Amino acid sequence: MSFWHFLQQNGTELWEHLREHLWLVFISTLVALAIGIPTGILLTRKKSLRGPVLGIANVMQTIPSLALFGFLIPLPFIGGIGARTAIVALVLYSLLPIIRNTVTGILGVDPNVREAAVAMGMTGSQVLWKVELPLAMSVIITGVRVALVIAIGVATIAAAVGAGGLGVFIFRGIRQFDNNLLLAGAVPAALLALTADFGLGLVEKLFSVNRSRKVSKTSARKKLTLGALTAIIIAIIAAVYVGSRESGLPASPAQNAHVVVGSKDFTESALLGEIVAQLLEARGISVERKFELGGNLPHDALLASKIDIYPEYTGTAYTAILKHAPITDPRAVYEQVKQEYAEKFKVAVSEPLGFDNTFAILVRGAEARRLKLKTISDVIPYARNWRAGFGQDFMSRADGYPGFAKTYELKFKDQPREMDLSLTYIALASGKVDLIAGNSTEGRVAALDLFQLEDDRHYFPPYEGVYLVRQDSLTRVAALNEVLSKLAHAISTDEMRQLNYEVDGNKRGQAEVVREWIKKKGF
Amino acid sequence: MSEPTNNPLVEFRDVSFSHATASAPVISHLNFSVHQGETLVLLGESGCGKTTTLKLINRLLSPSSGEVMVEGKSTTAWDPIRLRRRTGYVIQEGGLFPHFSVRRNVGLVPSLEGWDEARTRNRVDELLRIVGLEPAEFAQRYPGELSGGQRQRVGVARALAAEPPLLLLDEPFGALDPLTRASLQRQFVDLTRRLKKTAVFVTHDVREALLIGSHIGLMHQGKLLLLETPENFLKSKNEQALAYIETLDLAPVDSQAAEEGK
Repeated sequence: MSFWHFLQQNGTELWEHLREHLWLVFISTLVALAIGIPTGILLTRKKSLRGPVLGIANVMQTIPSLALFGFLIPLPFIGGIGARTAIVALVLYSLLPIIRNTVTGILGVDPNVREAAVAMGMTGSQVLWKVELPLAMSVIITGVRVALVIAIGVATIAAAVGAGGLGVFIFRGIRQFDNNLLLAGAVPAALLALTADFGLGLVEKLFSVNRSRKVSKTSARKKLTLGALTAIIIAIIAAVYVGSRESGLPASPAQNAHVVVGSKDFTESALLGEIVAQLLEARGISVERKFELGGNLPHDALLASKIDIYPEYTGTAYTAILKHAPITDPRAVYEQVKQEYAEKFKVAVSEPLGFDNTFAILVRGAEARRLKLKTISDVIPYARNWRAGFGQDFMSRADGYPGFAKTYELKFKDQPREMDLSLTYIALASGKVDLIAGNSTEGRVAALDLFQLEDDRHYFPPYEGVYLVRQDSLTRVAALNEVLSKLAHAISTDEMRQLNYEVDGNKRGQAEVVREWIKKKGF
Repeated sequence: MSEPTNNPLVEFRDVSFSHATASAPVISHLNFSVHQGETLVLLGESGCGKTTTLKLINRLLSPSSGEVMVEGKSTTAWDPIRLRRRTGYVIQEGGLFPHFSVRRNVGLVPSLEGWDEARTRNRVDELLRIVGLEPAEFAQRYPGELSGGQRQRVGVARALAAEPPLLLLDEPFGALDPLTRASLQRQFVDLTRRLKKTAVFVTHDVREALLIGSHIGLMHQGKLLLLETPENFLKSKNEQALAYIETLDLAPVDSQAAEEGK
């Protein structure tokens, strides 16, 4: 599919994300201006504060954005998931250039001019408003320009906390190895940044004090350009605002027939979220989707009542959330998880959905056939000359790499490469690494001719798919019970792999794939 | 002022000033008065404290000890904003606001004082004519579009705008070429006599001092060495004064000698 064709097909969604993106950037820049300019002015008055405040703002900028989001999520008021967290993070990133340029701009005003202003009998605030700020304006606008470009860039990461924006395409594109998706996110974001940079560059020039000879023309042109820019900005804001009203943020989750469905940030989880969402919608319930939440965000969001339900794996709940040492008996894991979630979190665990998405140790199919590999133990003699690549998750978790290497007495050529999980499949298929830990339901296992080695020493715990639902949501929305009982043991591992492949391999929309599957199942 | 001729407009009473950080005083134990209609020129080399003395009058600085009286009231007792709006101030290069048109620069104090638009407008036109700039041609320009001499004229017009009784000028003509400077100096003398303005004028140029001043105060290392009329200044036997007077005689000879030497 050509990029152009793709854009035509996904125009509505693109426009939606573009609008979210603009809104995030607009609000956060506004807030950053409201905080940054007064702070900058204060710093020109209080020399002793200048070092510490600029230092803090500087440090803020060096925090990697994902880490900052992670830090913000558990905080009350400013944290959580969604646009608010993203805006807080964007504001923190935008502050430094705005504060710094306000300080530089004001301190850069010719001391003779400032002295003349005081000597003319201007009050402190008159000196500020009539002399210092106007003369510092072009420098301040340069700061705003930098802040805006940073915000447009960082806002792409907002998708990781469920705030939407063009990052949704980028994240999805990385996961699905879909360049069209990647471009659909990256190109508009880049264009947006360039446009903002260019537009503010014009404004900056207008405020520059070195005027040309022809005064009357300059000021007429200045008014014209400023007017045009203002009109454009107002038009964009209006469009964004009206758009956000049209898309109708359905009232608060407290409402009866309203359910917020969450999912993790990979295709399978989003598919499982979509399944529940569509089944609920078929029963006349309004559904808000908060898909593609990174890391343990869905768990935090569930406990914080930001979402009502999300798909999880028993093994993940058992080891990563409840912090138990991994065990291999599926029934024991399930029962333990069910009991502890009810007690600790007031969260119900659905019946297993029927598939097990455990770690799958994968090698290239050609290699497996050549070396006659069947089990992980078969690999031991070759591992010394092999490179391994693992997702960040696998490297750090209790049932991940350290225990795995120990159980199978594996030693690789180098320290395993740590990379994004979705990228490991490509790395393996293209020979960059020789062994990865993928997922057993991964749709591309067959498509990329990868071979799953048998876990002959029974190291990996079970990862049965389940839904986690807040108990109060279950009592509030009766249809949830009905939907969940329908889905019990309804999805086999093969079926899950097929669904994943439809999206990742055949590049089809997940809503469409789910709709088809529900129809086939006769739900 | 009920008796402007008898009461000095500005009076320094044993005034010293030193910066908080430095131990050596910038000026020490200054005593002098400026009466209505006088033009006092403070003459001295760089760093002698003449600019500091000027800034003490409109309270850009406050004395470390002693009192500066303006219109019979200590500057520390004045509301500084009121004091400054009653005091015209001109600095080198004019200190004009580069983002204001000539009209806004000149009309600044009147508009701060709340004059209505028409009155301010008329006043600005009048002042621009007084300093020799045709309003129709210059009022809409910005400082960056003027020559040095024109900027300086605007600076003077701005200082005169709200009809202040007192003008303070800090080497206003220092950065100008000799011809423009000479022309502005003559016009300034003319102007202060005609408008009966009182002025304190800082310079390091003894010719300018003799031309402009009704009185010359010679400053050296923070002290006022003598305060005389121009005629008496020329007769002074003070060492520093003699050094300045010598430059008047020697300068042309020197330049001739230099030219002959080529």
